[in-house]
Amino acid sequence: MISSFFKELFNRVNRGYWSYLIVIGHIVAGSFLVYTQPRSNLAFLVLMTSFMSLYFFTTSLRFKLIAAVILALVIIPIVGARNIFYLEVIFQISVFAALALGLNIVVGFAGLLDLGYVAFYAVGAYLWAFFGSQQFYMLHYAPGTAPAALPFFLPGDAFYMFLVVGVIIAGLTGILLGLPVLRLRGDYLAIVTLGFGEVIRVLANNLDKPLNFTNGPQGITPIQRPTMPDFAVDWFNSVFGGVVGHNVSAAVMYNLMFYMFALAVIIVIIFVTRRLDDSKIGRAWTAVREDETAAIAQGIPLVKMKLAAFAVGASFAGVMGVLLAASRTFISPESFSFMQSIGVLTMVILGGAGSIPGVILGAATVTILNLQVLQGFSLYLNELRQSDAVIPIINFAWKDLSNQLDPAKYQRLLFGLILVLMMIFRPAGLIPAARRKRKIDLEEN
Amino acid sequence: MALLEINNMTKVFGGLKAISDVTFSLEKGRIVSIIGPNGAGKTTFFNTLTGIYKPDGGTIKFNGKSLVGLRPDQIAACGIARTFQNIRLFPDMTVIENILVGMHIHFKQSPIQTLFRLPGFKKEEAEAEKKAARLMQYVGLKRVENELAKNLPYGAQRRLEIARALAAEPLLLLLDEPAAGMNPQETEDIIRLFRHIKTDLGITILLIEHDMRVVMNISEDICVMDYGEKIAEGTPQQIRANTRVIEAYLGRGAVAGQHEEKMQ
Repeated sequence: MISSFFKELFNRVNRGYWSYLIVIGHIVAGSFLVYTQPRSNLAFLVLMTSFMSLYFFTTSLRFKLIAAVILALVIIPIVGARNIFYLEVIFQISVFAALALGLNIVVGFAGLLDLGYVAFYAVGAYLWAFFGSQQFYMLHYAPGTAPAALPFFLPGDAFYMFLVVGVIIAGLTGILLGLPVLRLRGDYLAIVTLGFGEVIRVLANNLDKPLNFTNGPQGITPIQRPTMPDFAVDWFNSVFGGVVGHNVSAAVMYNLMFYMFALAVIIVIIFVTRRLDDSKIGRAWTAVREDETAAIAQGIPLVKMKLAAFAVGASFAGVMGVLLAASRTFISPESFSFMQSIGVLTMVILGGAGSIPGVILGAATVTILNLQVLQGFSLYLNELRQSDAVIPIINFAWKDLSNQLDPAKYQRLLFGLILVLMMIFRPAGLIPAARRKRKIDLEEN
Repeated sequence: MALLEINNMTKVFGGLKAISDVTFSLEKGRIVSIIGPNGAGKTTFFNTLTGIYKPDGGTIKFNGKSLVGLRPDQIAACGIARTFQNIRLFPDMTVIENILVGMHIHFKQSPIQTLFRLPGFKKEEAEAEKKAARLMQYVGLKRVENELAKNLPYGAQRRLEIARALAAEPLLLLLDEPAAGMNPQETEDIIRLFRHIKTDLGITILLIEHDMRVVMNISEDICVMDYGEKIAEGTPQQIRANTRVIEAYLGRGAVAGQHEEKMQ
């Protein structure tokens, strides 16, 4: 009943100029709130949800594009430059959105449940970590024993080349893993990919001997960043300095740059995904997902199609891995745990497997829940704990609250809850995938 | 030369001979039925023929080419299309997409053409769409192109499955109990459709069917299976009179008398 009420309300306001006014109002209100209250999580949420009203309200395509460009390329960088915590959240959203879009091809389109997706992310990350750091010269030193002041193997600018190399190597890894595995169906495939994900992590953990490739559990650092064009910081400060209120440092500018990179990758992924989806390949993927036996009877080569899905998904994870290694300048096996795979899968399922806007929404929701809501709640509880506040009636002093009850530690609970609730109430996700409607001119007879 | 020539095909599951030593040949342009009691091995016969199961012995030659050892998709590409006993559509794809998937082996678009929407891609897609729409009309599906396959009524789903199979432009069409669950009117319509497919499109049809009205009405030849063996083959008249067939259906002792009802 409530949902029908909202639907009715939405349909009433989603008309003519009203929809434009609401979208503009939402963006302006969000920007204003974030600008005046740069520390408020709520204000940030208002701004982020303006992407949703932009998506849902009926406006012209040109308006949508312009508004999206202004939001993504002007407002968000300014907001991020004013508060680097927001920038971090936004960057993480973009990274996870890209990963979720990549996994969406494997899980959403081709229906292959991949529980080890971050393995490919790790491949990309370690690829650049190895070549973009001193690690190459540390091959013969056990972790921690290498002399200081070793040279870097490749210059930072090789990063740009490695964006492409990362795509290729991760894609090839996808094919290599896929070849023996993709003959399996459903549950079996899920189990094997789960194992593979762990294998890659354990390899990263242990490949510090006999030759020190990964520096073991300590991880690799420092990893080079590409050189930024000299004028970038000055240009940003001269254009946006006034609005931001202070001059940004090169470090913040780097974060902005990596956000832009992630955005570019997302756009490429969306482009490729949409075009593939509506073609022989995409239809074959969906057919395989829907019914393997029927698909193969139509002449669709199962293994080849699954390999293609695996390789495309993996290559997107690979490029994001390269980006992650460069942006963090530090990576360790910890970053590629099973939980990460589950996290990305949660985003896909929450948003709607097979649905591009859904998956992006899922990535944003889960990341914000993780980084802002849970942590915000943690902070609040901590404040209570440090105060003398007491819950009346049961006489419970907040300071007796166990540290174990720190909401920030409940990430897994959150993932679990999301998965369970979605499967029960909305198995197709927040924004379910829709099939394209075709108009066919055919003389009726 | 026959379109399909099967010699001594055998398929064993554990200790059970699902198909034993079946020899069968099918001339081009004919409509032939395979009948037999439940568990006779009819569907296994189809599945072995289309490569879902690997035969344990014997040879299969289709259009001059051996099918033994080929994958199901390769066999489909040789020109064999099929429908399934318990309809297997792609439920969450639209009707037209289902048919487009059926055309998979005929698409020539390269990934580059696909990514950049080059003219070759657009032309191919537009032509395929038109052809799919024509196929929809041909099997009698009206104005449902954007409907999800799972939302169609049962009879329409059967028709869609046939349209999908026809989309591959096969030489041989295998139909597994196409009239199952249909009312007399629908059954009559579908018999007419099969006749059209044979005469208009020149496609050879091999069907498994339990409904004797369909079998006797449409088949030029009938092949009878029981316990994995071919026990009889001939025209509908011959099969009607064949004592082994009557035994297989009604048991020994029934031969003497009352088989007329069942067979008509």
